[in-house]
Amino acid sequence: MTEFPGATGLIFNEPLLWEKGKKGRIGMSLPRRDVEACGLDKDLEGDGPDFPDLSELEVVRHYVRLSQWNFGVDAGMYPLGSCTMKYNPKLNEKIASLPGFAEAHPLLPTALSQGALRLIFELERLLAEITGMDAVSCQPAAGAHGELTGMLIIHAFHKNNGSARSKIIVPDTAHGTNPASAALCGYQPVTVKSNQQGILSPDAVAEVMDAGTAGIMITNPNTLGLFEENIREIADVVHKKGGLVYCDGANMNAVLGIVRMGDVGADVLHLNLHKTFSAPHGGGGPGSGPVCVRKSLAKFLPVPRVVESQGAYSLSYNFPETIGKVHAFYGNFGVMIKAYAYILSMGAENLKRASQLAVLNANYIRARLKDVFHLAYDRPCMHECVFSDKLQKQDKVTTLEIAKRLIDYGFHPPTVYFPLVVSGAIMIEPTETESKEEIDLFIEACRAIANEAKENPELLHAAPSKTKVKRLDETNAARHPCLQG
Amino acid sequence: MKQISELNLPDDIRYSEDHEWARREGDAVRVGISDYAQDQLGDITFVGLPNVGDSFNQKEEFGTVESTKAVSELFMPVGGEVLAVNEALVESPGLVNEDPYGAGWILLVKSHNPDEMNSLMTKDDYVKRLKGTE
Amino acid sequence: MRFLPHTDEDIASMLGTIGAAKLEDLFSIVPENCRYRGKLDLPEPLTEWELHEHMALLSGSMAASGEYKVFVGAGSYDHFIPATVPYLAGRSEFSTAYTPYQPELSQGTLQAIYEYQTLVAKLLGMEVANASLYDGASALAEALLMAIRVTRRKKVAISRLINPLYRQVVRTYLEPTGYEIVELGNDANGLTDLSTFDAQNDLAAVAVQSPNFFGIVERLQNSAEKAHEKSALFVVAFTEPLAYGILKNPGELGADIVCGEGQSLGIPQSFGGPGLGMFATKMQYVRNMPGRLVGQTVDANGKRGFVLTLATREQHIRREKATSNICTNHSLCALASAVYMASLGGSGIRSLARLNYDKCEYLKNELNRAGCTITFAGTTFNEFVVRFPRGTGAIYENLLKKNIVAGLPLDTYYPELAGHYLLCVTETKTRNDMDALVREVQK
Repeated sequence: MTEFPGATGLIFNEPLLWEKGKKGRIGMSLPRRDVEACGLDKDLEGDGPDFPDLSELEVVRHYVRLSQWNFGVDAGMYPLGSCTMKYNPKLNEKIASLPGFAEAHPLLPTALSQGALRLIFELERLLAEITGMDAVSCQPAAGAHGELTGMLIIHAFHKNNGSARSKIIVPDTAHGTNPASAALCGYQPVTVKSNQQGILSPDAVAEVMDAGTAGIMITNPNTLGLFEENIREIADVVHKKGGLVYCDGANMNAVLGIVRMGDVGADVLHLNLHKTFSAPHGGGGPGSGPVCVRKSLAKFLPVPRVVESQGAYSLSYNFPETIGKVHAFYGNFGVMIKAYAYILSMGAENLKRASQLAVLNANYIRARLKDVFHLAYDRPCMHECVFSDKLQKQDKVTTLEIAKRLIDYGFHPPTVYFPLVVSGAIMIEPTETESKEEIDLFIEACRAIANEAKENPELLHAAPSKTKVKRLDETNAARHPCLQG
Repeated sequence: MKQISELNLPDDIRYSEDHEWARREGDAVRVGISDYAQDQLGDITFVGLPNVGDSFNQKEEFGTVESTKAVSELFMPVGGEVLAVNEALVESPGLVNEDPYGAGWILLVKSHNPDEMNSLMTKDDYVKRLKGTE
Repeated sequence: MRFLPHTDEDIASMLGTIGAAKLEDLFSIVPENCRYRGKLDLPEPLTEWELHEHMALLSGSMAASGEYKVFVGAGSYDHFIPATVPYLAGRSEFSTAYTPYQPELSQGTLQAIYEYQTLVAKLLGMEVANASLYDGASALAEALLMAIRVTRRKKVAISRLINPLYRQVVRTYLEPTGYEIVELGNDANGLTDLSTFDAQNDLAAVAVQSPNFFGIVERLQNSAEKAHEKSALFVVAFTEPLAYGILKNPGELGADIVCGEGQSLGIPQSFGGPGLGMFATKMQYVRNMPGRLVGQTVDANGKRGFVLTLATREQHIRREKATSNICTNHSLCALASAVYMASLGGSGIRSLARLNYDKCEYLKNELNRAGCTITFAGTTFNEFVVRFPRGTGAIYENLLKKNIVAGLPLDTYYPELAGHYLLCVTETKTRNDMDALVREVQK
């Protein structure tokens, strides 16, 4: 009998912070007072916040118990589509906390910050090589922030050319951040439908691309896990009308060393260092979203840029056509360290190998589950595969319930109900760091659930049953928001 | 979700392409969303209402309905000035789910053009349309 | 490679299941003219030990490595971080999780963020705080965009005593949509000069930082009243939230939106990022708020639990009509700051803020006695502007040789303050450190 990772054990209850502690306790050592107290203007003085007072152990126990109600990659397989939940190397955490990095003030004379500047400079060169782009800025703090930066660059490009463009083409498979980022630049997104094969056709793009359109935002591989085969032709269509091609690099983990977006027509591209380059996701952030551009657009990149001259690194603001700044300082340096360390650990061959294995794992899952779950597009996929609940719906079982039931087996559910073009989508991205045995267990769990859906759907309706809390009332949370205690 | 045959679709009101309904009440028109629309949205968590006195044209957006996972814009089935909004929806948006044609009404409108009512669908036309989108 | 578990046998058997002969065949769907046939020009892979050595070398060349005394703040502050903060925030159950989209197995992150929201709301005196944004600068840009949405007006007024780097970010965010930015000047006391916006109408927001870039506590109540007279939203920005441990909070002084940088509260400076964009407002504006929100609810058994809520504001549902394009929050930084705030507690934060205030006053007095000019007279927190007695650049350079970084030169940001420095003192500087600085200035 197969033993799945999901099990029950002793789960601790833990109240809210302010439901424990006692006035007068403290959980950290207060620094020594070696100066006298001075007067403070009574008009300005306040009472200070009403925080609970807890001892150090109370704080520690609180957060250790909370952590035990969470699920991370370190605990188990996390096949969340389009999120690339690969293993996060432990050495990189240690490196990022080296005092020279962790305690570095961002505004010191550059002679005192050479190590950090060199790291950013080299990381930008490495990313340029990997993507086939010419210049990179690591300033954006996340993927969506990179998208915004990219859109600002495209906006600046057109403005510089004296051309007023108000629209941007966005495929129906795009992440929601794409139209939202474009809207911040005043662009009206024009949706173009993917074809029967789940990809964009050059004709469909040609139909909407005109001189009033700034360009296209295209995710490749797309969110269906399919390679946009017509990317070159699409880029030609867009370029001919004076537009630019923005590539959302969320899914770059599929093509490292195999396709370079700069070689196939992308003008601007953002990367997610927390996806492709193994920085941990932190329960939702911080990430890092470097933006890569071709040479002609480099002058628009955010400032300051790290420049090198005779082995000395400095910060240059001398780019008069820059879009400006998107972050107070230079971006999420702490995350950049981890991505840089990852690339240096891997090297060219292992990066390519990682993409090959990510694609192998996804296709293996696709092949072994397609007889029990409906495959939205029955063709070879890249790093993720998208199923739907079409077959299970006959038994009144939905994607949501399949996802919740997977929790009981000890797996994090895949991305569900996205992309929007597939009704009841189940989007599985195993990543390259999962072994065959782990993936086999996951497949076995999925098959068992498909069987349960037919024979004992009640198990799915009631899932998850092994977690600290059961299904939560999201409707009530939204109708009567309780956002602070 | 309900089958079309399970939907409550009164025949004394008119329906719009965007699944709003309109009912003549004296000189005014009462507006809400159909049983089909509320069923598709699921549990409604918020209704974004216009101000009394606002004027809208037919098919113009006047508000939104939200469930936990979706937002839908609301469009005027007939143009006119807003005479009243259903204040009860602020506290209890679920009324739209429970009683879409009664306690879950959304607006009372003073119609600009009485002929616009005739451009809306009857129950039979609406059912035909729903079957067409199946 | 230790991150790649597949043996040749695994690969062969998996390819067999798929019906492919070799790994390359999996990419047959990538057209030939899209393939990269070269080998990426990257350094040879390093072992764990080689990598550590390389990184130790890079980090060792940074000034932060102990022997330097850095008296610089300006948006990034050196505070002691208790060992519990990195220990707890570093637990991989928190750090290797994604966004809590599946609440049943994300209750740890969700409760921690709910508590963070509560602590932030208390600290800032507001009704609701979000789950955090990227940093203080983008939080201010988002606040102004929010005010533009709420008021449906297209012009904002911002004090020139808001951190100049933040103002640059605001300009970048507002440039493409053409929203107008009016800059409010400052008076001789280093306070925002409110008279400059008397002539302005149709303002969506008036934004002031307190303590401002010069460390001076602004008269927020006056600003709030003036903003509200013009029916603009009053936005308060901050870079040093510890100040609210002893100062009146922005909420009680009339702020409609409070936003800023939370790095001070338990987050390493890390060369400027990741930081923590704190963002809070009044409940009446919650549906116009950017960013994630965690709310309390109950599960099927009536037990308390937490979920992401009011998500219909966000990009994954409302797409181009969303309140922001932001998808992420700085969850782990928010968690770290919550651990820090919980460790300090109500009495601790008051004592610590007071200590920071007193140390800064001490250095101000000592420098004054040593012949330096304290440029502005107002009440400051942690930071102040100073002019050294003679040949200003020379003193700064001389101190640098002694491994003391004596503040941030202000000429780049405020040309009229050439020769002035923004000095910062926190609890990490001892009386000895400060005395050493003063001695060198006197030499």
